[in-house]
Amino acid sequence: MSASGRTGLMEAVRKVGVTGLFFLRLLAACVPALARPRLIIAQIYNAGARSLIIIMLSGLFTGMVLGLQGYDLLNRFGATEALGTAAALALLRELGPVLTALLFAGRAGTSLTSEIGLMRATDQLTAMEVMAVDPLRYVAAPRFLGGLIAVPLLTAIFNAIGLYGAQLIGVQMMGVDHGIFWAQTQSALALKDVTEGIVKSLVFGAVISLIAVNEGYHAEPTAEGVGLATTRTVVASSVMTLLLDYVLTAAFL
Amino acid sequence: MTDSGNVPTPAVSDAVVDVRDVHYAVDGRAIFSGLNIVARRGLITAVMGPSGTGKTTLLRLITGQIYADRGVVSVFGRDVGTLRGRELYATRQRMGMLFQNGALLTDIDVFENVAFPVREHTDLPEPLIRKLVLTKLEAVGLRGAAHMMPAELSGGMARRVALARAIVMDPEVLIYDEPFVGLDPISLGVILRLVKQMNDALKITSIVVSHDVQEISSIADYSYLLSGGGVVASGTPAELARSESATVRQFMTGSAEGPVPFHYPAADYAAELLETAR
Repeated sequence: MSASGRTGLMEAVRKVGVTGLFFLRLLAACVPALARPRLIIAQIYNAGARSLIIIMLSGLFTGMVLGLQGYDLLNRFGATEALGTAAALALLRELGPVLTALLFAGRAGTSLTSEIGLMRATDQLTAMEVMAVDPLRYVAAPRFLGGLIAVPLLTAIFNAIGLYGAQLIGVQMMGVDHGIFWAQTQSALALKDVTEGIVKSLVFGAVISLIAVNEGYHAEPTAEGVGLATTRTVVASSVMTLLLDYVLTAAFL
Repeated sequence: MTDSGNVPTPAVSDAVVDVRDVHYAVDGRAIFSGLNIVARRGLITAVMGPSGTGKTTLLRLITGQIYADRGVVSVFGRDVGTLRGRELYATRQRMGMLFQNGALLTDIDVFENVAFPVREHTDLPEPLIRKLVLTKLEAVGLRGAAHMMPAELSGGMARRVALARAIVMDPEVLIYDEPFVGLDPISLGVILRLVKQMNDALKITSIVVSHDVQEISSIADYSYLLSGGGVVASGTPAELARSESATVRQFMTGSAEGPVPFHYPAADYAAELLETAR
């Protein structure tokens, strides 16, 4: 391996180590942070409720595309009554958790990173430390827990609206029987399909929130530093979401 | 007056902050090499020096945000370098610090900013917190701004709110990081008066880091002048003003010529120009 390659590898290993240690400290700070539900609820509102519009719109259009593509595909085999099942499975197991996670990273992850990064740049975190208040407990942990709780909730909303979108196209436009659409969906879905989606959304929520908080907390306290940290949040969150999606899918099959 | 400040001052019984033979380097570049500073109880101690001499680093050492490579930083008789976790936080609760830009929490209003340390460290009932916060805001003249957000405040107002927050827990030591920078003359006068008032009325030991020589000299009881990693002179403001030392004279009169060079170290000017031409 070349010298620069070795340096790059060492830097990557160091970064994983730093993030891992930060994660442990963050987890330790989450315990006392749970005693302050008001701070966590505020963050669920900031990261979750404020992402609702984009999640709902994306869910609707994703479901509508599923309805169109699914109907076209199933029609070739004369199996259009399975449209509900196909759309529900695709949404619950894959598209819901993954697309919600990617949208969450872009909408809320970036805002978390830049907010914490700016708090660092304007000495707010240092001021807390000097006032003997642990910023990990007051700033980082509530935001991490807020993201962890918000992503599964947003995923559920994405799935519900996505399924409605598929029904809108399949039943209202293409003429699939309303009763068959829902009956097939209900009977074909197993608890395992729902569990897979929930586990994925929890893992994605934890990973994206950790990356966003970590990048903000360790951002260079300059305008350029905060900008770079925000970019890193989107890139790392998206790559990790897709990578972990593969790992979790393989584990559930 | 001491002109070679790197000689440790004799131990004083009423020292609240005692920095002894401190060495500190960043990436191999020495910031302090044998720094000695004492802040005595109830006095205003000024730490002056040109930009980049490590004045803010000194404050970070005193508050235990960073640790000295060598030497001892004692606060209330305890070596800050050995304090960790709860012990460090307990020591910090006895100090207040005013940051250069105020460092107010931007997502809560002025009242909540001042109430923040009280809510975090005590279980006082709400009516008592309200009285406490309003008293401190009244002291800095901003009771009327209690419900404004930090973004709505001018630089001088933000610094006064930060001062109210710094004194709300009745600290024994108050540390000011460049409190006069970027203020209009009226705001500067107000902050200057407040620093003096806090010191006199509350008997707080004050450490003021500043390079505004005239302003700080008018209220300081004792001053240190930092340069080149250590103290180059110390004494009362009157003693410093009478100093014959070239470094002290250059700093006190704000002259471009003197021991502190105008030019940042560089290669030979003519040689560099010729090289570019080639």
